[in-house]
Amino acid sequence: MRIEELLNHTGEWLRGTGPSAHIVMSSRVRLARNLEAWTFPGRSAKKDLEAVLKAFEGAVNRSSALKGSTMFEMTELDQVDRQMLVERHLMSHEHASNPEGKGLLVTAEEVVSIMVNEEDHLRIQVMRSGLNLSEAWDIINAIDDALSHELTFAFLPSCGYLTACPTNTGTAMRGSVMMHLPALVMTKQINKVLAAISKLSFASRGFYGEGTQASGNFYQISNQVSLGHSELDIIQNINGLIRQVIEQEEQARQALLLQNKPMLEDKVCRSWGLLKTARIISSQEAIELFSMVRLGLDMGILKHVDHKALNELFIMIQPAHLQKIEGKKLNAFERDTKRAAVIRQKLGGKDV
Amino acid sequence: MHLTEIVDEQLSEMHLCEECARQKSAQMEQQFGLADLLAGLSDTSKPASSKEGEKTVLKCSRCGLPYEDFRKFGRLGCGECYTSFKEHLTGLLRKIHGSNKYLGKTPPEYLENQAAPTEGALALVLPEENLEDLKQQLQSSIASEDFEKAALIRDKIRNFEKKDK
Repeated sequence: MRIEELLNHTGEWLRGTGPSAHIVMSSRVRLARNLEAWTFPGRSAKKDLEAVLKAFEGAVNRSSALKGSTMFEMTELDQVDRQMLVERHLMSHEHASNPEGKGLLVTAEEVVSIMVNEEDHLRIQVMRSGLNLSEAWDIINAIDDALSHELTFAFLPSCGYLTACPTNTGTAMRGSVMMHLPALVMTKQINKVLAAISKLSFASRGFYGEGTQASGNFYQISNQVSLGHSELDIIQNINGLIRQVIEQEEQARQALLLQNKPMLEDKVCRSWGLLKTARIISSQEAIELFSMVRLGLDMGILKHVDHKALNELFIMIQPAHLQKIEGKKLNAFERDTKRAAVIRQKLGGKDV
Repeated sequence: MHLTEIVDEQLSEMHLCEECARQKSAQMEQQFGLADLLAGLSDTSKPASSKEGEKTVLKCSRCGLPYEDFRKFGRLGCGECYTSFKEHLTGLLRKIHGSNKYLGKTPPEYLENQAAPTEGALALVLPEENLEDLKQQLQSSIASEDFEKAALIRDKIRNFEKKDK
């Protein structure tokens, strides 16, 4: 697969269906693994990083678990290509900014991706649509088993999987769920909810993960601890918490309807109108409008909008994607223009 | 880019351009870096027995990472660091996770491999092995692109040669 081929579709996890898809956009599980035979990437010379890449590629070729996947070497991609992989949630900013000795394996439908030589030798992630951490865990657990058949991971019975950062030591697993919480934001309850989440040792982050701020009412909620609980316990705990947040958001949506239905309908429909007609639009504005349209769709105010198209737009309107679609570098103003055109086309807006 | 700061339960929002946001985020990392947090945490878990002199020379026996560097940057250098810095890490892990008990999965291969020596004895040379065999094994594992095995055998050969000197 060439990197350009990624543009023809978006990840399967963006299909917009699955359990609680009206509030949960996607679920992700990641595992960190290190190979016993080498020092961690941060303390490895270039030739050792390359050896790890080769060892990993060899393991993938010998195993049937990751058939049909593509390996990208970061040094062979330019900056826009790497940024595009970040925008698709396939890898981290950190992985894109310092490409030496780094690789990324992606399976056909972008369900699985594996960063090689990020902070740990392997960062395996599985993405699913809706609230579906259990399924993501089953998939990633099978891949981990298959890989550990071919590679010896750094592991101690007393500590679990050994990682570069002690915050990951143990299961080295993080489960995270992307939630759309517009009603909790509009009813000004969101800070209360986020505070409760952090008290329970869970983290909340923005749309692009670590170090990003929430935008368009999207919040990513994940576990923090990796010792003292089994993987399945951790997943059950996240599920329990997420179900409560879903309930709160549902109640807040009902409250909005009761309080001022016409106001809500106006907000939703204006957003829809703007998206279908705007000629210049920033990604921040676009994401805020997507959030309103999505809310309208999930509350039955808007019909005839495709959930999947809306989800895909989150990815397609990012800077690197716009430049890949256009086939050349675009400055900020050109991107805002191109973004508006991509949105109009996708949502079937008439070029009035 | 939007930045929400919560200081003493007071919420404030900043709206920043991408460039400023990046600068601000670097600034915050300096202020609240994980390294500082870890340093703070591990300070309180300093074992009573360690003398000042000993602390400065504590290094990982495999990768040579000084414990001081771990305290500064918050990242370990290799799996062996967990054994080398064990007394410091036990308390630290409990503070981070609320427990230092591992209850997760065990690699399917791990129990089988336990028969062979591991943990700090990665490259232990068995009495019946000789240099020629090892070199041959090294060649064949490179040929079959099993670079992980090759790296282990390479370490064995090094140990073998050290022993011979």
